[in-house]
Formats: sequence, C-alpha cells, structure tokens
Amino acid sequence: MAHINVPPGVPGIRSLVMFRPETGQYLYQLAQVLLRDESPISQADRELIATYVSYRNDCMFCMSSHAAAARCLYGEDEATVDEVLIDMQRAPVSDKLKSLLHIAGKVQILGKEVTQADVDAARAQGVTDRELHDTVLIAAAFCMYNRYVDGLASLTPPNREDYVEMGKHLATNGYVSPKPQTV
Amino acid sequence: MPFINVEAHLPGITGLLEYRKESAQPIRDLTQILLRGPSSLTEGERELIATVVSSGNQCKFCTTAHTAAADLLLGETKTAQSVKEDIETAPVSEKMKALLTIAKLTGQSGKLVSDTAIERAKSAGATDIEIHDTVLIAGLFCLYNRYVDGLSTALPDSPAYYDVLADRLVNHGYTRLPQGYDHLKK
Repeated sequence: MAHINVPPGVPGIRSLVMFRPETGQYLYQLAQVLLRDESPISQADRELIATYVSYRNDCMFCMSSHAAAARCLYGEDEATVDEVLIDMQRAPVSDKLKSLLHIAGKVQILGKEVTQADVDAARAQGVTDRELHDTVLIAAAFCMYNRYVDGLASLTPPNREDYVEMGKHLATNGYVSPKPQTV
Repeated sequence: MPFINVEAHLPGITGLLEYRKESAQPIRDLTQILLRGPSSLTEGERELIATVVSSGNQCKFCTTAHTAAADLLLGETKTAQSVKEDIETAPVSEKMKALLTIAKLTGQSGKLVSDTAIERAKSAGATDIEIHDTVLIAGLFCLYNRYVDGLSTALPDSPAYYDVLADRLVNHGYTRLPQGYDHLKK
C-alpha cells in the first residue's frame, strides 16, 4: 500500500504523477530531456546509467523499468544490461562507459564522493564536459526519482516480465506524462 | 575548481543551470511549483525541508543558500539552525517535526520512510499532498546536492553572496531571470 491515496493498481511513478500532475509534468519533461533528447551519450547508455543508479539505490521499480527500456534500446546486445548489474567492471562495455558508470556510482553515494582522480580517469578515455555533465545529472536525477518512488511506497510489480511492455513503451515513445486521474 | 567549464561568476548550482538550459528548465519549474506554488505549507516551512536535506547530504552551497532563504522568510535565524541540529527540539510544530523527519529519512533512502513516520505525520494533521510534497522536495534536493557537489562547483567568494541569492529566491523565485546573469560579472 502506498503511503498516500494514489490511484489503485497503477505502478510506480505513474501513480504519483497521476496523484499530483502539477509536479509530475516536470518530472517527465526532465526524464525526456536527460534520457531522450540530444546528448553525446547514446539513449541506450543513458538508460543504462539510470538503471545502474536505481540498482544501487535498491529501487526495484526504477531499476526494472529502465533496465527493460535499456534492453530494448540495445537490441541484440540486450544482455549488456544484466552483465553491468552483475559486475560493471567486467561487463562488455567500453572503458569510457565504465568510467562514466563509475562516476554515476559515486554520485549515487554522495556528490562529494566524485574525486579529481575519477574525473581524470574519465578524461583519459576521452570523456567531454557534456558527457560528464549529463552523467552526473542523470545519476543525481535518479537519486530523486528512486526516493520519490520508494519514499511514498508506490506499487512495485515483482516480476521481470511485468516490465517488458513498460520498457518497450519507454524505448518507443519516450517519457510522456500520464493523463491525470479522472474522478 | 569545477570539473566542467562553467562561467566563473556563477557559483554552485547557478553555473550549472546556465551550462545546459534545456535540462535546467524542468528543474527550475519543478522547484518553483514545489517551493513557491500554492501549498498549505508556508514558503518558509518548505525552505526548511530543503535545508534539512541539503545539510544531511553535506552540500555546503545548498545548505547555506536555503538556510539564508528560510531565515529571510521566517524573519529569524534560530529555527533553520535548530532543525539542522535536532529536529525534535526545534521550535516548529509537531506536524513540521514529522514532515522534516520524513524528509531526512528520504534524504538517506526512500526505503527508510516507514509506516510509523507516515502515521506520525498523519496524526499531527499532515495531508497526503503535504506528505507527497515533502518527499518530492527531499528527492529534488538529493538531485541538487549531488549535481552541485558531483561536479565540484565553486563556493562564492564572499558570504554576502548568500544574502543576495536569498533575496532573489524570496522575491523572484526559482525561475530564470529574464535578463540572464551577465550583470553579476565583476
């Protein structure tokens, strides 16, 4: 049971945004800008950063839904997502992406955890200002989304299959705010 | 030194919001509605929530800025200082103690917000929207604090900067100044 009176049967952040669309519209706009709009980081890699941070925050709903979206966007390389969650450093992704995931993981702990050495290591892999900026902001944004979803105890479907359609929808249509609750 | 090339005259969050305006827009809009929009919580109370969370995340820029905004809105400095030190003995209502506790828990992890913490707030008269907004403000400041410190943004040269910033946050709000920020260049 959610902590507040959200529409029954609606999972995760959608239920919260239907409860309060005035704030919800901006949460969806931010996700669209960060995960779908123009960036030097691919949409799949950005969804992977979101998944990785949500996993580290133990937010089952966000982790599962963004993992499903990332699997769709990676296509035949969909196993990448699970390999990163099992062991990021040994996963089949570029050293550059590893350096960004490492920084995202530091941001998940606390902003102050990101060191000059972390940034230097990313720079050595060719990471630009924009890539660094977008990685830190995506990681920070998911520290918000994860807390919002779990702090209000929103409905979290338990099975991986429950998220497949959600992932396809996010991969295809992006972040479109749900219609407000009709009473 | 900031990790990325932001304008030197814009410390803390202010340089980041100018660095990428497309991502800044929904963050600004969300902050404006949560901290300044219609609410049964006062603007001062909402700034206290921002302050408690920023303090918990050890973000010096955000803590100092929102303490200054809360002080200006409340007309005194004791309350903001007290809630940072100990919510239970701070001079705020039982409802605000319960909401600030929820905010502090949210700041650590969403999973820590217990049924007990929610029941306390509801017993003290907190509405669902107040609880919702408290959790979302706390979440939003977890974003801000990590954005500001994760990119190692600069602190202002002088403490007087925070008074100017607090005046802008109270009298203008969180939307972008129509003229931008070039007038702040020395």
